[in-house]
Amino acid sequence: MQLLESVSALSGSGAMAWLLIAIPLASAAFLLLAGKLTDPWGHLLATLAPIVSFVLGLLLFVQLLGSPEDARHIDVSVYEWIATGAWSIEFGLLVDPLSILFVLLITGVGSLIHVYSIGYMAHDDRRRRFFAYLNLFIAAMLTLVLANNYLVLFLGWEGVGLASFLLISFWAHKPSAAAAGNKAFIVNRVGDLGLSMAIFTMLAMFGSVNFADVNAGAESLDPVWATIIGMLLLLGACGKSAQVPLQSWLLDAMEGPTPVSALIHAATMVTAGVYLVVRSNAIYAQTEVATTAVAIVGTVTLLAGAWIGSSKDDIKKVLAGSTMSQIGYMMLAAGLGPAGASFAIFHLLTHGFFKANMFLGAGSVMHGMNDDVNMRHYGALAKSMRITFYTFAMGYLAIIGFPFTSGFYSKDHIIEAAFHENTIIGVLALLGAGVTAYYMTRLMMMTFFGAKRWEKDVHPHESPLVMTVPLIVLAVLSIVAGLFMNGWIQGWLEDSTGQHPHETGLFTFTPVGLITLAVVAVGVTIGWLLHRRDIPVDAPATANPLVLAGRNDLYGDAFNEYAVVRPAKGLSAGLAWLDRGTVDGAAMGSASLATGLGAWLRKGQNGYVRSYGLILGVGVIVLAGVVILGQLG
Amino acid sequence: MNPEGYLVLSAILFAIGVAGFLLRRNAIIAFMSIELMLNATNLAFVAFANYHGNLDGLIAAFFVMVVAAAEVVVGLAIIVAVYRARRSASVDDANLMKF
Repeated sequence: MQLLESVSALSGSGAMAWLLIAIPLASAAFLLLAGKLTDPWGHLLATLAPIVSFVLGLLLFVQLLGSPEDARHIDVSVYEWIATGAWSIEFGLLVDPLSILFVLLITGVGSLIHVYSIGYMAHDDRRRRFFAYLNLFIAAMLTLVLANNYLVLFLGWEGVGLASFLLISFWAHKPSAAAAGNKAFIVNRVGDLGLSMAIFTMLAMFGSVNFADVNAGAESLDPVWATIIGMLLLLGACGKSAQVPLQSWLLDAMEGPTPVSALIHAATMVTAGVYLVVRSNAIYAQTEVATTAVAIVGTVTLLAGAWIGSSKDDIKKVLAGSTMSQIGYMMLAAGLGPAGASFAIFHLLTHGFFKANMFLGAGSVMHGMNDDVNMRHYGALAKSMRITFYTFAMGYLAIIGFPFTSGFYSKDHIIEAAFHENTIIGVLALLGAGVTAYYMTRLMMMTFFGAKRWEKDVHPHESPLVMTVPLIVLAVLSIVAGLFMNGWIQGWLEDSTGQHPHETGLFTFTPVGLITLAVVAVGVTIGWLLHRRDIPVDAPATANPLVLAGRNDLYGDAFNEYAVVRPAKGLSAGLAWLDRGTVDGAAMGSASLATGLGAWLRKGQNGYVRSYGLILGVGVIVLAGVVILGQLG
Repeated sequence: MNPEGYLVLSAILFAIGVAGFLLRRNAIIAFMSIELMLNATNLAFVAFANYHGNLDGLIAAFFVMVVAAAEVVVGLAIIVAVYRARRSASVDDANLMKF
């Protein structure tokens, strides 16, 4: 306890929580403003920033661990942000069991990915800028999870959107990367619209957007309004977390450098939607409709992601589909009500470890293969990249849910909770687990086993230590994180999720768990059987509608094109026409009327004195006539 | 006395002045027509003053005569200047003040 007390004294009851955000933000600003001077050492500074934040986060975590259960709540008011009328919105931070887990995930995995990026981006001219953006992302993401009200959360929400845009289109000289950045940004606008409308509604309903006030007021909220807020929040979550129907940007987002895919589009940012839903559990507790919608969205996405993952040849896109699918699991869990919320967070954390691990592993493979992403050009890499292979295999075991790895615990809980709630959703989640096992096995077989299908002049080699050490750390976490957190996380999150823990044994196998294992085994077997023979270097033409749909991202882009882009274009063309016709018409019409009238009137100004005299005379006669007639009348 | 005859004469003189101003091109003649109109009004003023038996009309007539004298001074000077510049006293030639 001596240690805990001294730590508490050091961290000053959480008042330094703002430093968590300020340090990476200051580093980002410095690197961007100082310019080329910092090129030789900028990446080291940038790597230091999240590490410092991580240490601070660890101190806070230890402090929370040391406090009694009902005191694990540190509200830090930084300053009053907006004060107008009856509203007072402060820039406040909330350190509680939920946010501190995110802080540790973001800064921990973030630090590892910073280290990895030193090696990965070593040959890039704009490495300093890349690190500055990464720091900006870390700062924004920490703002998002540490906020104590929805408006500050929204600030972070937009910040990560900006960082995501900057990093996806980091290689903007490639038109595809530039387009992917725009796409991510624009699709996210739709979700942001939902979130901002939810915030407006909350302001109108509760007069405050503080989590505490909203949670307190939610119980007496009209169910209709609870449903509206719930649906709007879900829309926001769909955009950020790439859930159907706003999923299409995530696959294109793989144009960004691989560490970005690992950090932003696998481990942290895309899980912000899950965080939002879990954070708003008081609202969702009031509305059956919105909660069910969350579960349905999650189920649909987990199947859609798995489907896409099964048919892609691009290793990063397989992983992106897999990310969609796993976040679908989290959404599903979050939509199961209080019973699933802490499982959602549990899976979010373990997924953060094993998916970051696999993305970085894929980056390591690409590094050795001259940045080729097509798995059909891989094969037999297990021998030439031993560390990458073994670490990737750990991630593989975790994601398919091999017994006692982290994914085994987190995913099984979700599937069990789903069965508990609704059999159909449970069966679909189970099916998703089988497909996950299939496509991950396919990825492993195509990448690391089989015959060499390398392009000419490709000499696979293991990546430098600076890249493999983060891989090893993440691989270890992928395996053991579940064991450590399984019994603990429900109790830890009890306060934040409103859920009372129920026993989940470390080494017990429930019937559902056994069935899941059997389904996974079937998936692995099919994946192995189909891909153990030679794999064609070019993707074989196929008429199989399942495969075709998967290769085309389930026609998400086509759907957007016809359902959104074309109608929007038509609408804007119509509006432009209307604008030219009426608004411009009125303005230009009155102008030309005045011009015409003037041109006509000035004809009278002919310079002949006698004609002026005539007009004068006629005028006098008319006036006199009027006067005389008036007298007579 | 009955002012009717004076008023008819005044109206005739005024009409002649108007017609002369509108129909003749020579600036001097136009000028004379204006004088004719002024004197027609003077005649009406004086006739009414006599008819009512007070001085108001007479005073107005004096004012008109003073203004007419001043007008002649300025107007003739302008006509002479225009004639020198353009070698013409036609009012239709001096039509530069237009759109």
